[in-house]
Amino acid sequence: MKVLVAIKRVVDANVKVRVKADNTAVELANVKMAINPFCEIAIEEALRLREKGHATEVLVVSIGPDACQEQLRTALALGADRALQIQTDETPESLAVAKLLNAVVEREQPQMVILGKQSIDGDNNQTGQMLAALANMPQGTFASEVNVDGDKVYVTREIDGGLQTVSLSLPAIVTTDLRLNEPRYASLPNIMKAKRKPLESMTPDELGIDISPRLTTLAVNNPPERAAGVKVASVSELVEKLKTEAGVL
Amino acid sequence: MSNSNSILVVADHDNNQLKAVTMNCLQAAAELSAKTGGSVDLLIAGSNCQAVAEQAKALPGVTRVLVADGESLTHQLPEDVTPLLVAQAKEGGYSHLLAAATTTGKNLMPRVAALLDVAQISDITEVVSEDTFVRPIYAGNALATVQSSDAIKVITVRTTAFDAIASEGGSAEVVSLSAPSASGMSAFVGEELSVSDRPELTAARVIISGGRGMQSGENFPLLEKVADKLGATVGASRAAVDAGFVPNDMQVGQTGKIVAPELYIAVGISGAIQHLAGMKDSRVIVAINKDDEAPIFNVADYGLVADLFEVLPELEAQLS
Ligand SMILES: Cc1cc2nc3c(=O)[nH]c(=O)nc-3n(C[C@H](O)[C@H](O)[C@H](O)COP(=O)(O)OP(=O)(O)OC[C@H]3O[C@@H](n4cnc5c(N)ncnc54)[C@H](O)[C@@H]3O)c2cc1C
Ligand SMILES: Nc1ncnc2c1ncn2[C@@H]1O[C@H](COP(=O)(O)O)[C@@H](O)[C@H]1O
Repeated sequence: MKVLVAIKRVVDANVKVRVKADNTAVELANVKMAINPFCEIAIEEALRLREKGHATEVLVVSIGPDACQEQLRTALALGADRALQIQTDETPESLAVAKLLNAVVEREQPQMVILGKQSIDGDNNQTGQMLAALANMPQGTFASEVNVDGDKVYVTREIDGGLQTVSLSLPAIVTTDLRLNEPRYASLPNIMKAKRKPLESMTPDELGIDISPRLTTLAVNNPPERAAGVKVASVSELVEKLKTEAGVL
Repeated sequence: MSNSNSILVVADHDNNQLKAVTMNCLQAAAELSAKTGGSVDLLIAGSNCQAVAEQAKALPGVTRVLVADGESLTHQLPEDVTPLLVAQAKEGGYSHLLAAATTTGKNLMPRVAALLDVAQISDITEVVSEDTFVRPIYAGNALATVQSSDAIKVITVRTTAFDAIASEGGSAEVVSLSAPSASGMSAFVGEELSVSDRPELTAARVIISGGRGMQSGENFPLLEKVADKLGATVGASRAAVDAGFVPNDMQVGQTGKIVAPELYIAVGISGAIQHLAGMKDSRVIVAINKDDEAPIFNVADYGLVADLFEVLPELEAQLS
């Protein structure tokens, strides 16, 4: 089966972003960018499905400016077979991303689409669920285990109360959680080889998708600062302060 | 039946009881209804869930409790609940659909929004007006104020940002809806739920969390004993969950549970931005860490630089 993986170029997880002085957005100039960590897990899972003989082809897609070709090349170096960029300098919202991915699904007819559960910039946690709705497919979100068995996939999901397992008929949408796998690193020879793998580019217009936004960001502000605390010297001082000063015991 | 500025809240429940987060979500709905002038209805989708409907009837501020009770809704799979909610949104003429940002709400609401061809607004922490909301982005390092141009606003609510409404005092009308037939696309296979006598993390008044510094799951009883004294719930960092010390449902953070108790005690946790995102709105924060430069001390009201293996037994003893 063919597996489609959606990856997003985002701020590196180790960067603590700052709000711009004019409160319109966060400062992204000269900030380190990377593949969204949940998308790295998605790539890894697709590669493992291929290694287990379930997947025959792994196609990665990213929607964004030309800079996101860097993340697509990384995915190719990790082992994906081909890449597709949907070129836009806008920042499409989850609904528009889901529509674009759905158009790719119609063209490519994958049996499974793997996405991250959440992008760490917008913290939306929506795109996979939206794509599942538009493609009329079942969804296995927040996956910590994925097992393909014939025309079904069993997905174990991390839920608030613990773990839940569902079975979905293929084609299906899976979104990854942190415990699904530990992503591999790209080796130098594979990075060189990736330069020759196919990377196609097209536009939302070519796919016939309207990506106009539904939301307007009116302001981006700093969260309230916490007042500086104090260090205590002992457990008894701590307990004393929690009782008298903080009044929480 | 059309009621063009009313609000529909999707209840979180387990077929027996409403989850506490529903009361927080209803507070967000109440604030919204104060702006729109619309009424608030509550949807219960489940099976053999009449006890939940009984409980819901008494919730103040709720006009109608819509109950869809049927086999296909036993596990509230999104493939089966979505058609119900989409039909209600269209026929009931709702202007806003709300759910708590639990794993159930997050699984369901984007699917509903996509079929209504509207955006979904995740994890709101403030209602500014009927179409404008505040939500954290970048692990809570920024707060975005966003305005929706869609006719129906589909929203998940960060429940720690809204107080719970009272559970008594109302007298809602109960309306039954017919449950949809199962989609057949997906089926429930099984679940492993954590059992605990302690309050749920999202509802706890005191939380004590352990990180990689705990070294193993066998050491978590050191935290449990302190938790017993405080009536606290035990949480964890991602590192502690990844290492297999404790189960996933204990993870606090950007991509785990968001909590805001009266007192949060972080033990052997460094304070990565992703962890802070899940707990920095707690009223009082205590950090216990042997590294005096650990970033957790930047958000802690009280910091104790010490070895947790000495501190925890002492803390337990002093709380007796
Ligand atoms: C996409 C993504 C999502 C993430 N989501 C989350 C999330 O939701 N929640 C989360 O927590 N993290 C999350 N993380 C991980 C986060 O970046 C950190 O790696 C993690 O929080 C670190 O956990 P920790 O503080 O327990 O471990 P460490 O950073 O290793 O810290 C251990 C601490 O214990 C202290 N210590 C060790 N021994 C002792 C002792 N004997 N006594 C006292 N102190 C001691 C050390 O000084 C150190 O400060 C995420 C990361 C990514 C990339
Ligand atoms: N611009 C994008 N390009 C490719 N995939 C995306 C994009 N935005 C979101 N996704 C996918 O959707 C997942 C969830 O994103 P979100 O709904 O924004 O939290 C991500 O982990 C990606 O797999």
